Amino acid sequence: MAQAIIIKRFLDELGDMSRFSSRFFIEWFKPRYEIAEFFKQCYIIGYKSLPLIGLTGFIMGLVLTMQLRPSMVDYGVESQLPAIVGIAIVREIGPVITALIFAGKIGSSIGAELGSMKVTEQIDAMEVSGTNPYKYLVVSRVLATTFMLPVLAILSDGISLYGSYLGVNIKGETSSLLFWTQVTNSLEFYDVLPAFIKTYFFGFAVGMIGCYKGYNSSKGTEGVGHSANSAVVVSSVTIFILDLLAVQVTDLLGFN
Amino acid sequence: MISELQKIIKDNETIMSISNLYKSFGSNNVLTNFSLDLIKGENTIVLGKSGSGKSVLIKCIIGLLKPDSGNIEVYNKNIPDLNGAELDKIRAKVGFLFQSNALYDSMTVKENLEFPLRRHWLKVTQKEVNKMVEEALEDVGLLHTQEMMPAELSGGMRKRIALARTLILKPEIILYDEPTTGLDPITGKEIINLMNEIKIKYNTTGLIISHDMNCVRLAGDRIIILLEGKCYASGKYEELKTSENPKIKQFFN
Repeated sequence: MAQAIIIKRFLDELGDMSRFSSRFFIEWFKPRYEIAEFFKQCYIIGYKSLPLIGLTGFIMGLVLTMQLRPSMVDYGVESQLPAIVGIAIVREIGPVITALIFAGKIGSSIGAELGSMKVTEQIDAMEVSGTNPYKYLVVSRVLATTFMLPVLAILSDGISLYGSYLGVNIKGETSSLLFWTQVTNSLEFYDVLPAFIKTYFFGFAVGMIGCYKGYNSSKGTEGVGHSANSAVVVSSVTIFILDLLAVQVTDLLGFN
Repeated sequence: MISELQKIIKDNETIMSISNLYKSFGSNNVLTNFSLDLIKGENTIVLGKSGSGKSVLIKCIIGLLKPDSGNIEVYNKNIPDLNGAELDKIRAKVGFLFQSNALYDSMTVKENLEFPLRRHWLKVTQKEVNKMVEEALEDVGLLHTQEMMPAELSGGMRKRIALARTLILKPEIILYDEPTTGLDPITGKEIINLMNEIKIKYNTTGLIISHDMNCVRLAGDRIIILLEGKCYASGKYEELKTSENPKIKQFFN
């Protein structure tokens, strides 16, 4: 019985979330276009996330290289280290880790911001003031996360590879030219393209889930906290599910 | 003589008429056959216990909630039947002061006041916008706060700024949702005085939701008691205060 209630609640939530998301595709075509708010959100979501994404990307590249090195030495393929790390970062680790960090920083902040706006009646005030709050708050944020995450993922990949270059040179000696040649030679167009495309879906999911959780926040400060928390949890799980789907699709299309 | 009579009739004209309003949430019947007429230029207080449906009523009037049935007629339009664009035009004439003030935290006071002027059908230049903002802030005595953030203001100042934002489009009807709740008695009285000044200056009609007896006594021309989802009693403060009906008496003791 309890399980049936949990399943029903889950399906209800899924239905509500689908309805909320489908409204996005209707609203974003229609004027009025909240262009100023979109650029403001791009600045907040994209530019202000750059230091965190850059730092985690750099550490990720460095650590991955240092962790892989002993095994590569054992197998006698140390020279392939830049190629292996390059493929791992560009195809999988870069986009997914960036999206997870992004979900932690941006998903929670959108969930908390919209949640507190809901609780303090600011969303109602917007509606009374003649502004469509869904368009002003949700459409602008979701578009900003959708377009900013791919940019951040590319930058993170670049910084990660630089971290990897430093990692390679801690115990060995590889010239910059050789490192980058090995990385680029190991990567093909079909490695980069699916990894790039899936970050758009990750960005959309993080923005939409954060907005949904905040917009439907229950009353009180506890509700705001819950919105922020569940925005991160649900976004993170969704990123993994989308990643799983992406790998299946690219496999079917013969890109792997 | 005839013109004076016409003036009296005009003065007593109904600006908003609520009839047979029903609203329920699941099995909880909040409003059951609620009816009320708002008279132009009069401040009407809706007095009721917490959870009696006062805020639901006011949110139905502004179109934030849709009633299950019944009519809310204002300017020859029935609010529950209106689409988004029509409702927006009505909302420009019917101001709403939120209980929590609902000031946008991320915007300055000036940006908060400019927000209702974003309506696409309002053709106003930036110069006119600046003038309207200054005028609204002058009305509430806070002209110097234009560049301040809401977090930097006291509770009373935030209420005044929220009132200025409501006033910026010069509404003819203002809906006040518990305007003195959460304020100290002195600040509460200042807000009540401000509401009365606005009523006289702009000849506004007010619907005030409150359970603060100071507000009821000082700001209300007519008092409605909302009980069991209905308009249980109506009259002037003194009339209701001296009523022998125990259900009415409980509000005044």
